[in-house]
Amino acid sequence: MTNEGPRAGTSRRVEDLRLAGLTKVFGDQRAVDELSITIAAGSFFALLGASGCGKTTTLRMIAGLEEPTSGQVFIGDKDITELRAFQRPVNTVFQSYALFPHLDIFENVAFGLRRRGIKHVDAAVGQMLELVELSSLARRKPSQLSGGQQQRVAVARALINEPDVLLLDEPLGALDLKLRRQMQIELKRIQSEVGTTFVHVTHDQEEAMTMADTVAVMHAGRIEQLGHPADVYETPRTVFVANFLGQSNLIVGEKIQGGESVEVNAHGVRFTMPGSRNFAPGSQLVVGVRPEKMIVLDLADAGRIPSGQNTLHGTVTDVSYTGVSTQYLVLTAWGQQVIAFEQNSIVGDRCAVGDPVVLHWSPQHTFGLDPAGGLSSGIDPSVLALESDAEA
Amino acid sequence: MAPIVPVASVAPVHVSGPKRSSRSVYILLIPGLAWLAVFFLIPLFTLFMTSLQKESASKPGTYVFGIQLSNYANALAEYWPQFLRSFVYAGLATILALAIAYPLAYFIAFKAGNWRSLMLVLVVAPAFASFLLRTYAWKTILADDGVVTSTLNSLHLLPDGRILNTGIAVVAGLTYNFLPFMILPLFASLDRIDYRLIEAGSDLYASPAKVFWRVTWPLSMPGIVAGTLLTFIPAAGDFINAELLGSAKDRMIGNVIQTNFIEFRDYPTASALSFALMAAILILVFGYIRRSGTEDLV
Repeated sequence: MTNEGPRAGTSRRVEDLRLAGLTKVFGDQRAVDELSITIAAGSFFALLGASGCGKTTTLRMIAGLEEPTSGQVFIGDKDITELRAFQRPVNTVFQSYALFPHLDIFENVAFGLRRRGIKHVDAAVGQMLELVELSSLARRKPSQLSGGQQQRVAVARALINEPDVLLLDEPLGALDLKLRRQMQIELKRIQSEVGTTFVHVTHDQEEAMTMADTVAVMHAGRIEQLGHPADVYETPRTVFVANFLGQSNLIVGEKIQGGESVEVNAHGVRFTMPGSRNFAPGSQLVVGVRPEKMIVLDLADAGRIPSGQNTLHGTVTDVSYTGVSTQYLVLTAWGQQVIAFEQNSIVGDRCAVGDPVVLHWSPQHTFGLDPAGGLSSGIDPSVLALESDAEA
Repeated sequence: MAPIVPVASVAPVHVSGPKRSSRSVYILLIPGLAWLAVFFLIPLFTLFMTSLQKESASKPGTYVFGIQLSNYANALAEYWPQFLRSFVYAGLATILALAIAYPLAYFIAFKAGNWRSLMLVLVVAPAFASFLLRTYAWKTILADDGVVTSTLNSLHLLPDGRILNTGIAVVAGLTYNFLPFMILPLFASLDRIDYRLIEAGSDLYASPAKVFWRVTWPLSMPGIVAGTLLTFIPAAGDFINAELLGSAKDRMIGNVIQTNFIEFRDYPTASALSFALMAAILILVFGYIRRSGTEDLV
């Protein structure tokens, strides 16, 4: 036997996980609506969405804990839709870990092996506990462990079974921020070591982006956008994604020229973007740009702006210094508040409240979206409430 | 008279707090401690002293102070069959009650949905009628010319041809009367089980049966222990069921204690039996709790 980790000795082929038209209806609500995706074997896939978007229901249907109303779940070519949870080659790390309180850590980790009738579990459990660095705590009870340790036990208990797919249901939600960062790195390390497909459900966009190699943003039972985290962030295709994943400045306008380079008139200002970055089907569209892509310049320095940049004039209404960056709120001529982040790398004075400024950014950082769903789709409702309070 | 078993334990007191609050905690404890002293400790002591009394030499039939340990030996030598029978009947009733109560409590805790409250009320409902009355009702139900007996007889299932005035009736009565005390702690224990643990079990390759034996059953152990104790202890000391539903051959230790107290007026023997019963139950209970290993589950 080699010591290449728990997979040593098994040359089993890992296969893709495929969901085909997966649907779950609760009462009159479609929690998951015709979901069809393929999750590549060995990938770290994140399902990102607000609570109630259907991501946990999706996960539970993959685990076999929830019966789909229609649709199928495949692993490779094998349809596992009709299999019950205990018959599926899939294991779950539950949200609150769900460790068995009556069993010690060793027996918790050994649970799956023992239920499959494996007699000699000592070596496998020992190896697994080593992987999650908990060997010294094997005989403790779960209640004697810290949150981070319990989380690692939950991962070990699932991974020891060498599942085709490991499902993680908000596994870091109960941990404090510092520990969460640490566990994110830890989970990535484990995933690259064992090579199992990880499907990770979370509402934390940063968590999804740092850990996953594919992110699917879910909204109202459907997947809004799926792709590499950087692609999804840099090129959101819907207003929901633009708002939910990070922040975006969205300005309503009208298309005045299509083709290779799209030109938009918004409140009398012209914006340009590559045609490939325009996702609005009609002439009405939303011009979007991420706050950190905008450069804030004092009006006096407007001459320094390279030609071809998108520009926007306004007045600074708020400056907040956050250490790494400075956040500017800028009021446009038509009364819209836009937000810009500047890295604190410039020498000299920053702009101050009341200063007339000009914002500029590259057309390559501009995107065009369909305004049909409204501009606030994807913004946390509590933030919206706060904003309307401030306006009142 | 059913024996009193000290189940009341004093709530833990936080002595680490400031002095004034800890003093007020002790003041709050006074009524409870006084109650315990007057109605439990003093009678217990009196009972113990009575169990050691000897017969007066001048006035036969009355008893005077003494330290006569032979009272215990004599009482046990004479009444050991009833002692043994009490534990056998109480044990059988406890096992039967567990077998009936567990599925019911499981159903109420996990499957009853909107019917839960109603079912719990129904479990407790018989307690609104008196214990004695309910046991009398069983006399009618199990009567020789009743439906139950004649049905079973026509199927040739009864060796003696009757149920009433047999041990079967006594065990049935005990089971019935103490069933709620089994159901309620079981329900409380099952209801507290995090459903995600059951899901975790099935996620980890345990079939429904394995999930039950490996997860649900051990996690409901506190309820099983509490329920069996709450059934076994009063059942072992009960005399009403044996009195009303059994024959002279089915007498339990409770009946013996009662007759010795009320009819024979042999107070030392009755007291010695009460004390011996209490001691036996305490030993059994401690052994049981230790073996079931529920200390670290609660």
